[in-house]
Amino acid sequence: MRRYIARQLVQLVVVVFGISLLAFAILHVLGDPVLLLLPQNAGKEEFERYRHLLGLDRPIYVQYWKFVSRAVLGDFGKSWYADTPAFSLVLERMPPTIYLTLSGLVVALVIALPLGTVAALRRHSWVDSLCTAVAVAGQAAPIFWLGIMLIIVFSVRLRLLPASGYGTWQNFLMPAFCLGAALAPITMRLVRSGVIEVMNMEFIKTARAKGLAEGRVVVKHAFRNACIPVITVLGLQFGQLLGGAIITETIFAWPGVATLTVESIRNQDFPVVQCAVVLLALLIVMVNLFVDVVVGLIDPRIRAS
Amino acid sequence: MSTPSRVELTEMGAAHIAASAARQATWRRLLRLRWGVGAAVVLLLIIASATVAPLIAPYDPLAVDIRHRLSPPAWMDRGTAEHLLGTDQVGRDLLARMIYGGRVSLVVGVAAVIISATIGVLLGLSAGYFGGNTDWTIMTLINVMLTFPFVLLALAVIAVLGPNLVNMIIVLGVAGWPIYARVVRAETLAIREREFVLAGRALGMGHVRLVFRQIVPNLVSTIVVIATLQVAQVIILESFLSFLGLGVQPPTPAWGNMLGEGRVYMLNSWWIATFPGLAIFVTTLVINLMGNALRDWLDPHLKL
Repeated sequence: MRRYIARQLVQLVVVVFGISLLAFAILHVLGDPVLLLLPQNAGKEEFERYRHLLGLDRPIYVQYWKFVSRAVLGDFGKSWYADTPAFSLVLERMPPTIYLTLSGLVVALVIALPLGTVAALRRHSWVDSLCTAVAVAGQAAPIFWLGIMLIIVFSVRLRLLPASGYGTWQNFLMPAFCLGAALAPITMRLVRSGVIEVMNMEFIKTARAKGLAEGRVVVKHAFRNACIPVITVLGLQFGQLLGGAIITETIFAWPGVATLTVESIRNQDFPVVQCAVVLLALLIVMVNLFVDVVVGLIDPRIRAS
Repeated sequence: MSTPSRVELTEMGAAHIAASAARQATWRRLLRLRWGVGAAVVLLLIIASATVAPLIAPYDPLAVDIRHRLSPPAWMDRGTAEHLLGTDQVGRDLLARMIYGGRVSLVVGVAAVIISATIGVLLGLSAGYFGGNTDWTIMTLINVMLTFPFVLLALAVIAVLGPNLVNMIIVLGVAGWPIYARVVRAETLAIREREFVLAGRALGMGHVRLVFRQIVPNLVSTIVVIATLQVAQVIILESFLSFLGLGVQPPTPAWGNMLGEGRVYMLNSWWIATFPGLAIFVTTLVINLMGNALRDWLDPHLKL
């Protein structure tokens, strides 16, 4: 187990290095910060002065090293817009994003676990066909459109739920459902194929042969084993889930990191964008590591491979 | 009269069961194929309407009709037969804009997929074929890219490059390659060890010839299936970027920016945001159905 975790940690370091490189490159290689910072009619000397002031006239690897050595200490520079440290600005917006992501995950599981299991146990029945249809439709529906449709129906027409805002449980319903609905189809398919695979295993036959009730066979023996691929893939999908949360946030004006990022992009506030990108990516990497370790604990076969 | 022995009976029974199972599977595949063909027809209609948009669109998509601004679809009260799906905030015909808007989505979808498939296939081939350090480097790159939410990457890059059609194609194209690379690498790893490749190598074929004449032909169906399904994903992302105002700029109609503009008016005029979204939904739906059918047809064992 120790070697397994060590291997994952090495990979984590490499991935984090790659992310820092990417975040740095986005601003410094693709664009020129001074060009974005100064008004277009600024003189040439003005550009040079700022370039020197920001250390942009030094070799690119020196700049990268400066960026990384500061970033490690949580110093991403001040926001060009709000004059507060980018780090604290992003950190402040982190909890809403995490809550939204988790509630989306819960919704997805609540939809996918029972439906996927039933679809697997009653293969080729109408329930199965219905699940497939819902999954295919769900995968095609853009989250942002679904969100707007929900707002039109539940906020504008029926006046049941608030269209935006944060703080009460009513605020959570639509965003969480929106995000969950996006994740549910793939989860459902995974649960279905997982349960089908497990139900053909020898130990299920054994469990039945020793006279266990079918419900107990399904819940205690089949379901638990079917969970492993689901947990793994959900963990790996966390990045996509967070991507979905980014989209959901912008629809419901959710005060999370994503809305901050989109605002900052509009304001060309790059320290904040950079910081948000790095922190979100770090969050994803940590979750992936956590999932890998948990799965390794549940299933010894994965540790060995 | 000789009666069949028990073993023979069992074998006959097994053969019968196998045959009926095979028949059932074939039947199911045909059924899915039929869905795929239906979806392909719808997709062709969408492509055709976007291509000949100037001929079939009832109005110029930019023509402003201020007398009929925010008029609802024809079947509602206050709706006029002049504008079947109603008009937007400055009285532009929604149907015409929808027909034209398809152009952006389809062009971006196909162009970006061509770029990412090219990059992904080449990297996947080199990782799988050469192995070793090449493989390690490319796999690490894939891991970094897959860790990063695609949306976030696209947002950040567009923010620096500036929003327009070409930049969007480049960003979506360059960011989308890991999925191809991962699948192609895995398949290449397996094919590399097969006899015909070993035979080719024994005959003294060069790397390039081995890869492109012996390995690639075996990957075509896999690549086609992934590319088809990815077109749908790219269309969704493109419309999200346009929705945020980071993609195709107004007044050029694109489903995404129409949806974004319609969002402001959703309190009173639901149709502006609803129809473009429906167009995105239907397009991605038929592409997905077609991709799934294609997968069943070309390679039933492929798990995607």
